[in-house]
Amino acid sequence: MNAPIIETRNLHKWYSGVHALKGVSLKVQKGEALGLVGDNGAGKSTLINILSGLHRQDEGDILLEGQQVDIRSPKDSMRLGIETIYQYNSMVPLMTISRNVFIGREPLKWSIGGFGVLDEKKMRDDSVKAIADVDLHLRSPDALVGELSGGQRQGVAIARAMHFKSKVMILDEPTNHLSVKETAKVIGFVKGLKAQGVTSIFISHNMHHVFACCDRIVAMALGQVVLDKPVSDTSIEEVSELL
Amino acid sequence: MRRLVKLFLQKPELASSILLLLLVIAFQIRSNAIFLSVDNLRGILGLLPETALVAVGVTLLMICGEFDLSVGSVFALMPMTMAVLVVGGWPFWAAVVVGLLLCAAIGFLNGWITIRFEIPSFITTLGMLFMARSMTVVVSGGFPPRIKPGTVPSWIFTGFVDGGGLIRASVLWFAAFAILISLLLAKTNFGNWVRATGGYLPAAAAMGIPSGKVKIACFMICSVLAGFAGMIQSLRLNSFLPSIGEGMELQAVAAAVIGGTSLSGGVGSIIGGLIGAVLIRVIDNGMVMSQIDANWFKFAIGALTIFAVVGNAWLRRRGRAMKVETDK
Repeated sequence: MNAPIIETRNLHKWYSGVHALKGVSLKVQKGEALGLVGDNGAGKSTLINILSGLHRQDEGDILLEGQQVDIRSPKDSMRLGIETIYQYNSMVPLMTISRNVFIGREPLKWSIGGFGVLDEKKMRDDSVKAIADVDLHLRSPDALVGELSGGQRQGVAIARAMHFKSKVMILDEPTNHLSVKETAKVIGFVKGLKAQGVTSIFISHNMHHVFACCDRIVAMALGQVVLDKPVSDTSIEEVSELL
Repeated sequence: MRRLVKLFLQKPELASSILLLLLVIAFQIRSNAIFLSVDNLRGILGLLPETALVAVGVTLLMICGEFDLSVGSVFALMPMTMAVLVVGGWPFWAAVVVGLLLCAAIGFLNGWITIRFEIPSFITTLGMLFMARSMTVVVSGGFPPRIKPGTVPSWIFTGFVDGGGLIRASVLWFAAFAILISLLLAKTNFGNWVRATGGYLPAAAAMGIPSGKVKIACFMICSVLAGFAGMIQSLRLNSFLPSIGEGMELQAVAAAVIGGTSLSGGVGSIIGGLIGAVLIRVIDNGMVMSQIDANWFKFAIGALTIFAVVGNAWLRRRGRAMKVETDK
């Protein structure tokens, strides 16, 4: 069997005295859609923030395809092929779609020491293509992200992650604050990831959303993993009871 | 067409441009056509680049989501430092470089303290306002330095460049900086980071933008521009006084805000800051030319600031409310 695409070993995290993660070990196989569930304060977000580089673990290791990695910043995480989509979807509402798609990773016509002139045509063309690839249809890459609906924004965020060829996509509560129709759309996006061979970790406290698109369910409570089963071997009732 | 109107309405500098046009017409009529005469324009164009340079720096910083109240003091500190060095026997250009480096250092300190200790830049730069002003007086030793006219090449910054004696070199310096910073903001990745940092900090951080460094860079640009502007004013008047630039910080903020820059960051344009600065100068001068009691100047600026912000917000709302389909 191949090494898991992402593996954590005995992760610990303290926040000013609060023991938020108590030795979390988790393996995610390539191409898997993992659903991570748990109540508020269960440690889901802490785990995700460590993988996406916003925080660092106090103890424990992270392995990517069997190699130990050190994730010190969001840049490191993205470089390793981990893209995170947050519930607030990490977009700047007052900037255009094409600019948002390339925030922090702008294609440049020329540059000196990392600073340079934007290749705006490439940004526009590539973002149109990226958005079309996730089956989202927007009229113009020059529209402001703030003018899009919540579901459309998540679509753009997923398109961005796909464009940068992520290996693992972490979706942190992507369906929060969305209408029923929009939620269905986002769940559709997540299903689409699997078809394209992208591993995904889907975090939600809505069981129905998780069960609708994941292969495996991991439940967390009080900083520990309390359940880890294929979706076919468990039920919403069993998971709910544990939380 | 609807889309164009919508885009136009959402331009943050729209309200102030319209107002500027109306005011120019009004002053021109009320002053019996003196307002747009060469002599009067010379007066406006002499002072304008100096305040506009400060406004441009403050606008950039505000788009990045921060604030600088120390620009007025830096405006005085830079020329004072330079003049004291020149009087002390330093070559002119070396003194200019040292003065600008000092400004850069103050900008760095403003930014670094704000980021490192996570305090509002309002506080950091309020402190710096007093410190830099005090340093100016200390450096001068209580007596303003005197530089003999003609001993320094001040014409490079303030000499008239056209035969008619209308446009000074300072206008060109200003234009060069304004264009440079506009391009920086609109066409480079750094500009994208500035807008993202000011527009929505959590997103910028999550996407790996070095927001702290971006902010510090903006603080430094803002300080250097303020010091440069102060130097131009001092060279134009050929007097180096520790009191110049007092109250300028608030005029610069007013100019930025009048030009459509948002106090909360992310929104604004350099051209807007320029229009704001022009408006303030036009009102100042136009009131005198129209024989209105000049004591109303500050009242007018204050009222304009409030009016411009309300007007901009209203126009933007109208623009946003115009339905343009984003879905196909």
